[in-house]
Amino acid sequence: MVIAGFIFISIGLAFNVIGCIGIIRLPDVYNRMQAATKCVTAGTCGILFGTFLVTGLNAAGAKIIICMIFILLTTPTAAHAISRAALKNGIEPFKKNGDK
Amino acid sequence: MRRRLALFIAALAIWMLLSWPPDSQHLLAGIAAAGLTALLCGDLFIDGTRLFTRPSRWGYFLIGYLPLFAWQCLKANIDAAWRILHPDLPINPGIVQIKTSLTSDIGLTFLANSITLIPGTMCVNIDKDKGILYIHWINVKAEDSETATRLIAGKFEPLLKKIFE
Repeated sequence: MVIAGFIFISIGLAFNVIGCIGIIRLPDVYNRMQAATKCVTAGTCGILFGTFLVTGLNAAGAKIIICMIFILLTTPTAAHAISRAALKNGIEPFKKNGDK
Repeated sequence: MRRRLALFIAALAIWMLLSWPPDSQHLLAGIAAAGLTALLCGDLFIDGTRLFTRPSRWGYFLIGYLPLFAWQCLKANIDAAWRILHPDLPINPGIVQIKTSLTSDIGLTFLANSITLIPGTMCVNIDKDKGILYIHWINVKAEDSETATRLIAGKFEPLLKKIFE
């Protein structure tokens, strides 16, 4: 169980790192929000689930479950708020030159 | 009144999880705190609390929606990681409009959140009166709104209609 937990924590860390790379590599605010929501949701949920497997269902484990539910609810909401603010301020979405 | 009761139950459940393992002292303090919360901000809680009393809606939610959502969420993460790590950045971003027939606040919230967490799409803006969602798509496959609606919301919308409408 502990080993499985550490595997989940490692996967979560990898996804978080990929999300951070994405925030740097992708071109505009909307694409960056995509990287920030998708990879970081899986990354943070993976870390929390791994920690849950390590601790088991005790005082810490119950709080971890609440954290996972709140992250799944709040990450898309925050991304929606930021991208909506960008759209209302007239930031044009990035267009790729040439067809592919 | 119903709304306050629903908020009371939700607040008490969160309180009991925060003070795990459950015992009688925490339960008493939790009833007091949740009661005060329900009294003060009960009218800020979500509309449509009658939905919680229908077992068939819970069934659709737990058996139909949650596994589909978890699978799509996993696929979304692998897809996003692949696009980010690919040397050529295979993206073709743009904003498309999709139509929805959901009207309730909570249904639209769940649809927008689901769209944000499925592969490649993110909800940017909602026009509730016209029933239009503005979606940022990292790899645009269809510009017109019928095809985009079918591709993006086709799986989720019928399920959410059964659950929340």
